[in-house]
Amino acid sequence: MDDLIVEFLTETNESLMELDTDLIKLEQNPNDKDLISKIFRLMHTIKGTCGFLGLPRLETVAHRAENVMGRFRDGNLEVTPEYVSLILTSLDRVRYLLRHIEENGTEPEGSDQDLIAQLDAVYEGSDMPAKSQVSDASAPAAPAVATAAAPGPVEPELKPQEEVVVTASAALPVAAASAAAVGGGGGDAGESSVANQSLRVNMGVLENLMTMVSELVLTRNQLLQIARNDKDNNFVAPLQRLNHVVSDLQEGVMKTRMQPIGNAWAKLPRIIRDLSIELGKKIDLIMTGQDTELDRQVLDMIKDPLTHMIRNSGDHGIETPAERLRAGKPETGKIILRAYHEGGHIIIEITDDGKGLPTEKIRQKIIKNGLASEEEAAKLSPQQIHQYIFAAGFSTAEKVTSVSGRGVGMDVVRTNIEKIGGSIEMKSTEGKGSTFYIKIPLTLAIVSSLIVESAGEKFAIPQLAVRELVLVSQKSENRIEMIKHTPVFRLREKLLPLVSLEDLLKLTGEHSESFEERFEHKYIIVTQVGNYSFGLIVDQVFDTEEIVVKPVAKILKDIDLFSGNTILGDGSVIMILDPGGIAKVAGENNLSDNAQDNVETAQKLSSDSKTSLLLFTAGNGSQKAVPLSLIARLENVDMKMAEVSDDRMLLQYRGSLMPIIPFAPDMDLSPDVFKPLLVFADRGKSVGIIVDEIVDIREEAIDIQIDGKRKGVFGSTIVSGKATEIVDVMHFLNSVHGDWFKDHGDESFLVHDKKKKGGGSSKRILLVDDSPFFRNMLTPLLSAAGYEVIAVDGPSKALELTEREENFDMIISDIEMPDMNGYDFATRVRSIEKWQKMPMVALTSHATPEDIDHGYESGFDEYIAKFDRDTLLSTISKTLARGNEA
Amino acid sequence: MSAANTDKVVGDTTLFRHQVAEQKSKDFLTVEIGGQMFGIPILQVQDVLGELKVTRIPLAPPQVSGSLNLRGRIVTAIDVRKCLGLKPLELKANERRMSVVVNYDEELYSLIIDSVGDVLTLPDKDFETNPATLDVTWKAVSLGVYRLHGRIMVVLDVPKLLLSLHQLN
Repeated sequence: MDDLIVEFLTETNESLMELDTDLIKLEQNPNDKDLISKIFRLMHTIKGTCGFLGLPRLETVAHRAENVMGRFRDGNLEVTPEYVSLILTSLDRVRYLLRHIEENGTEPEGSDQDLIAQLDAVYEGSDMPAKSQVSDASAPAAPAVATAAAPGPVEPELKPQEEVVVTASAALPVAAASAAAVGGGGGDAGESSVANQSLRVNMGVLENLMTMVSELVLTRNQLLQIARNDKDNNFVAPLQRLNHVVSDLQEGVMKTRMQPIGNAWAKLPRIIRDLSIELGKKIDLIMTGQDTELDRQVLDMIKDPLTHMIRNSGDHGIETPAERLRAGKPETGKIILRAYHEGGHIIIEITDDGKGLPTEKIRQKIIKNGLASEEEAAKLSPQQIHQYIFAAGFSTAEKVTSVSGRGVGMDVVRTNIEKIGGSIEMKSTEGKGSTFYIKIPLTLAIVSSLIVESAGEKFAIPQLAVRELVLVSQKSENRIEMIKHTPVFRLREKLLPLVSLEDLLKLTGEHSESFEERFEHKYIIVTQVGNYSFGLIVDQVFDTEEIVVKPVAKILKDIDLFSGNTILGDGSVIMILDPGGIAKVAGENNLSDNAQDNVETAQKLSSDSKTSLLLFTAGNGSQKAVPLSLIARLENVDMKMAEVSDDRMLLQYRGSLMPIIPFAPDMDLSPDVFKPLLVFADRGKSVGIIVDEIVDIREEAIDIQIDGKRKGVFGSTIVSGKATEIVDVMHFLNSVHGDWFKDHGDESFLVHDKKKKGGGSSKRILLVDDSPFFRNMLTPLLSAAGYEVIAVDGPSKALELTEREENFDMIISDIEMPDMNGYDFATRVRSIEKWQKMPMVALTSHATPEDIDHGYESGFDEYIAKFDRDTLLSTISKTLARGNEA
Repeated sequence: MSAANTDKVVGDTTLFRHQVAEQKSKDFLTVEIGGQMFGIPILQVQDVLGELKVTRIPLAPPQVSGSLNLRGRIVTAIDVRKCLGLKPLELKANERRMSVVVNYDEELYSLIIDSVGDVLTLPDKDFETNPATLDVTWKAVSLGVYRLHGRIMVVLDVPKLLLSLHQLN
């Protein structure tokens, strides 16, 4: 039998068992919305899977039953015992069909018209036929034998069905017997053909093995500790061996749980194939990274969500061939499924090149479903709108197909993924397609955790949720501030809500000391749950440990703040904090706020040209900024130490004379005044610039909005809400050391005309230079000239960008770089097809004609000396203009 | 130590009552709490421990002292004195409290008591139901009493004791 069918049978049998119990619960408690939704989803899954396996009879029954469940869910049909019996009968029919498939590989002959008629009658609202008809409707199709094989807990509850069971068993003793055999193993029929090299082991056995291995590891650690204290012991050698064996054993047991993700993907090509036939679309499914391994438990959890999503991509995403041709796309749509490791996570990407999410349609739907008012909805950005597809009961498909469109799906997908500590993100461009990113932990059993301490007690917090650690001290810049009694922290211009672990867990009583004293020298653990970030204040942070998560005792289950407990390497028990639970207590923001954050993050990511700026004041005028990385040191000097010699101000600094210059002429330089000094150093030379006050250090994207009029200023921009002048350090350096840049070559080559810059706005320039000094120097210069600058520290990074399909209008590259020189880099760039015509400018201190020739041969268009500001700008604009003509 | 390590544990009160009624006698591990002798049905006892390092569990009911590591299994420690509304025991130097580990519903709990006595086999005829005037807190965790020579032994109802904690939550 087809592997796919075997798997389907196993899965469906499991789902059916779950359904049985749920339906009976429903009968007792008909208003349980959650339960109704759950049953509906299960039905939906059964139906969906049937459809793709070419089991029309089964599919029809499930579909009709789902229709009825849909009415229960929408609340326009009351759940009565009769209806529950009807659904149970449908389930029995499904079971009967399944068993037939299991035994013969095909669906049995016959029709389910009787049952369908009843289901439709209920669905359409006309009263259902007499109840008795249910059990004796059709002799061959109705036997509910499998109920007999249902596991213990289900059976006693199945009172209404018992009678049917008995009669049916009498009628079909053979089927009953085989059902009992099959049902007991959860539908393992056909296993013999599947199982060859592998062995099916109960997860419980593996769990147990795992626990024992953990214990063994602990014991080994203790033994090693003892042996370490007594070096001449006879046990040392055997202990070493034990040590290795135990490590291997631990690894081996872990491996038994790992499975390639390809196992979960195996049936996807088939699904896509059938889907494309059914919908008349042409779809290619491209899968990469099938060998990426992850924990079996995790694998099981993501299997269904993945299937749902792939199906969605095929059904909603990819257009019909005609539509695609009209949109100027190739006839065949592409769905790309990728899995890869990234820092302790598995990332699964699902990309389609279909029509993307219809923003307007979703907006309308949001309003229609009452999720937001018209006014609110109008304000939402496309990204925020898209987030709503994860809301329950949301479907944009115009008609309900058997494939999808009932509004289950994305909310289930998200719930399932978040249940295992994963997250799902999405970006979509209307007309171009959508990409979903699913991030899931490698394993659930062993979690890397950060050990923290609060009020003398240690706790573990899963590393997955930890974004960063900040040490705060009330005396420094990094300090906790209070709004009323709520502590907050400014983290890179964003207000981070804080919770004190001590208060949260009520570890100590009332505090008498002021908050300054309380929050002196604390750590903030920046924690992220889904899209919500908050800071957890702790006293101490220790190292990370790989821990085996064990559930907490039942009597402690109600404490939401713990996800489990574990035994550390030293044998002590430690509680594991549940970031999700803490987030709930710490007050999670609503969806739209989070979406807003996403937008901001996305924007930040897109312009990753952030620079740390040192803000200072000097003389009159607005605050000034200089790229922090240009500064070698900051000093505070007594002005009486400054000496004047040869008309220059000098300072004895680290055993040599350093020229110093006041930033502005109107500064107070009288002796006895201490002034901050910015020391710039490069290649053995240094210079100090005297300023009035250091204000702050900020990370900002340099976006010069007004060009500088004065010498020494590139222009003005906004930094933390204030107009700020970006300082042209080079001007000062050159004014002191006329020869400062001699080493870099100060003459201009190949300059034909010195045009002013122009026409270059919003051009993207890739700057490749290994020296941070020059990168930081040139980035503001070029930004001031109106270019968008992406600076990288070497050719390899630059080449990486080509793979990311970044686009640039020009490349400016240094020649002397450690890992690959500029000539080789140019040759490589020219070998890339789409960059063949890219203008390339060499920046160098190499000046010989041979070098210049070499540069041209390698593929550079222009050759300029570093720090000839005017030549550089004119060459760039000239080269770009030429590129445009070509 | 005479405590038996047994895997088979009877955690069900009704079943236990049933056994008390049917069998001629029953084995108990006697423990002392606040000067009163208590009996724990031997079949529920998994282990007897000296004092181990206990990790506090924040936000847990006050009766829960914390959790400890018993040969790789995490055990929840319950302070029985607190359950009975008694003051904490004042320990003299080099005196240690004892714990009896019981298995309930597949989980291990360590009952912290003052000291452990003997294993007694007691005839059913000596069993009596709780005196009507017994303290309510005590009544809630007691199955009944045995008259011994000059002493009274209260039978500790372990499942009920643990269940009361659960409800407290």
